[in-house]
Amino acid sequence: MANVDWTHYSNQHFYDELLSTNGIPREAAKPLCDILASFTSKELDERKIAAEVAIRTMGITFTVYSEGSTIDRAWPFDIVPRIIPAKEWRVVEAGLKQRVDALNLFIDDLYHDQQVVKDGVLPGEVLAQSVNFRPQCMGIDPPHGVWAHICGSDLVRDSDGTLYVLEDNLRVPSGVSYMLENRNVTKRVLPELFETGRILPVDDYPAQLYDMLASMSPRPSDEPQIVVLTPGIYNSAYYEHAYLAQQMGVELVQGSDLIVDDDDIVHMHTVDGLKRVDVIYRRVDDLFLDPEAFHPDSLLGTPGLMRAWRSGKVALANAPGAGVADDKVVYAFVPKLIKYYLDQEPTIPNVPSYLCMLDEDRRYVLDHLDELVVKPANESGGYGMLIGPRATEQERREFARRIEADPRNYMAQPTLALSTAPTLFDGAPEPRHVDLRPFILSGPETHVTMGGLTRVALVKDSLVVNSSQGGGSKDTWIVETEGE
Amino acid sequence: MLSRVAENLYWLARYVERAEDTARLISVNSNLLLDMPGKAALSWSTLIDITGSGEVFDTLFEERNERNVVDFLCLSREHDSSILSSLANARENLRTTRDVVPREIWEEVNRCYLEISEQTQSGMKPRQRDGFLKSVTRACQTLTGLIEGTLSHTEARTFLSLGRHLERADMTTRIIDVRSGNLLPRNPEELIPFEHLQWMSVLKSLTAYQMYRQNVRLRVRGPDVLRFLLQNRALPRSVLRSLDEVSWELQSLPNHDRPLAVAALVRAEVAEADVQSLARAPDQLHQLIDEFQIGFNNLHEAIAGAYFAVSERPVKSSQSQEQTTLDHDDDD
Repeated sequence: MANVDWTHYSNQHFYDELLSTNGIPREAAKPLCDILASFTSKELDERKIAAEVAIRTMGITFTVYSEGSTIDRAWPFDIVPRIIPAKEWRVVEAGLKQRVDALNLFIDDLYHDQQVVKDGVLPGEVLAQSVNFRPQCMGIDPPHGVWAHICGSDLVRDSDGTLYVLEDNLRVPSGVSYMLENRNVTKRVLPELFETGRILPVDDYPAQLYDMLASMSPRPSDEPQIVVLTPGIYNSAYYEHAYLAQQMGVELVQGSDLIVDDDDIVHMHTVDGLKRVDVIYRRVDDLFLDPEAFHPDSLLGTPGLMRAWRSGKVALANAPGAGVADDKVVYAFVPKLIKYYLDQEPTIPNVPSYLCMLDEDRRYVLDHLDELVVKPANESGGYGMLIGPRATEQERREFARRIEADPRNYMAQPTLALSTAPTLFDGAPEPRHVDLRPFILSGPETHVTMGGLTRVALVKDSLVVNSSQGGGSKDTWIVETEGE
Repeated sequence: MLSRVAENLYWLARYVERAEDTARLISVNSNLLLDMPGKAALSWSTLIDITGSGEVFDTLFEERNERNVVDFLCLSREHDSSILSSLANARENLRTTRDVVPREIWEEVNRCYLEISEQTQSGMKPRQRDGFLKSVTRACQTLTGLIEGTLSHTEARTFLSLGRHLERADMTTRIIDVRSGNLLPRNPEELIPFEHLQWMSVLKSLTAYQMYRQNVRLRVRGPDVLRFLLQNRALPRSVLRSLDEVSWELQSLPNHDRPLAVAALVRAEVAEADVQSLARAPDQLHQLIDEFQIGFNNLHEAIAGAYFAVSERPVKSSQSQEQTTLDHDDDD
């Protein structure tokens, strides 16, 4: 059987992460491409099957909830890694830190003096109509002044090679466990690849997460009691919640395991009675955290959690209300916010955005629906958006109606020519579109994961990378090249 | 350890043990039936009474015949303690706590449930029954072995062991009860020639026949078997041994005073039972077994009360702190 022949790999007019247009590997990817080219397609298929077996036996799953029952699906994974040169990554890393620093200053400002509105940088109506702004959080000072302790920002690369920030996930970003497990799977099935170059390790994350959470404890002198709060097994990211709890060696709790006493102290029910909890890494959305403060009929939360947090007796990560900056309209203002709070130019640009709330932008959007991607302000998982060039005339008309009915809730961006990376099908690499979600931890120090989670749209020509909608993932390598 | 996690593990072990022992319960009845001269004296209906599931059964089936009873106890999804439901419940309990045990244990529970549930879809013919019951027993034993060999001696293991042994004590008394329920010797003379055969079936269904022979070294006799199964301290499935395990596990836990006291009480009842006369008086034996089961239930309640119950809000630690809280609330 024939070996992989990169000269037959056609990435058309897209930027490819591993190869330049004429099928020649990029510098950082050359050792990898050479090794892959030494495999026959049968050998590659065997590695692919070995990866599937490893994923099944390691039990790496994500949960799909449909028709009243849950299904644990094996995590979809492609064995060809995506490579980013360390030199480029250092710039991205600095850019992400800059961005998250500005976002945290912004959130803190919104819950205090709202100077950013008073100075006319952010229109008051954006704040007034934000569904993620929580008046309950006004005047709170969370530890280190940080609200978004864990941030997952999605990056995409356009055809000219420029990386853009597509969105910031500041509520309960998920995916980091898959980033870690992808590396473990690659080490198992393609160990020889790790002899090819200087691949920087990713596995510091659980320790960094633990240290950051510990630094938030309201009782710094004692050994802090940290827990991961999950909505439970029906949540699509339950696997990750259990994984992180296990990796950090802390308890995985549900709302009903916790109780807040009359002194606003949070305890968990253990077989040895009640035990005080200091820090909660919550993976439950704001509105389900505390039925006393939000949805009174929610069964997921713990009554009194908000008053415990407000009185500083427990730390929550991310802080309630942090999602106010996780809004696709606020997103459009981030470059201005970086300038406003840090007096710096943004290192990583935003994708140009049109806000339907602005008359001029809205007119442009309605006139160019067939060229644009339109997104609702507060959806995640790729739901509820319109991909103009691929939509039918009727779908576009329907969307135009929705935009006019609720302009604040929509923004639009040009359709990017998302970069591709070689992905195996029947023993041969084919280009598929990818994005990248690095994770940023903000505490006393800021840490960015080494790379992040690369998601890949497994369907040919598709741009949708979400695992709930047919997306897969790849191991992501940050590689030191010669002369660095 | 979290109360919820402890409770899940406890129930996981109870359900696995229940699945295994239900398989043993059905097989003792099958064997008795084969050993009996006239089948009239035996009925499948007793299994329904002994498992205390009459009410559910009667809503699902008209007649307490062999086929219905076996289906109900093995494969019914409507019956919460059928073998299939027990394994499904075990799986659900572990699903929410799988992070505390080695991955292989979860995989085994999962595999075990899927295998049995596949069998359900194809139904079960009488000649497959024995094979089915044996495969259930073997799957449960594999799981128990996996726990024994891979799980650290921590509270997780303690609660698994508590659940397993309390369920085992309970189910062993029910298995003994099959024999007494089926053999009310209004006319003992008639049955005496078969008596040792029947007791032998009971022993075999508990995998205790060889252990009995080594221990007793006499021909199989009712009082000896009863003593062996109720009071022997060395046989893993005897009631007394199971209760000893429960007490022993409780000692390693905090706040064990009440559950330990209840365990001691139940244990004394079992240890002091007059097996000599009970073996000849099935009615009294049946009554005593009922009393044991009430005792087991009390023991469960005591364990649940000490470790699982979600207690009321803790007492306030001081007045002054409460004051600051109120002030803070007023700010909003």
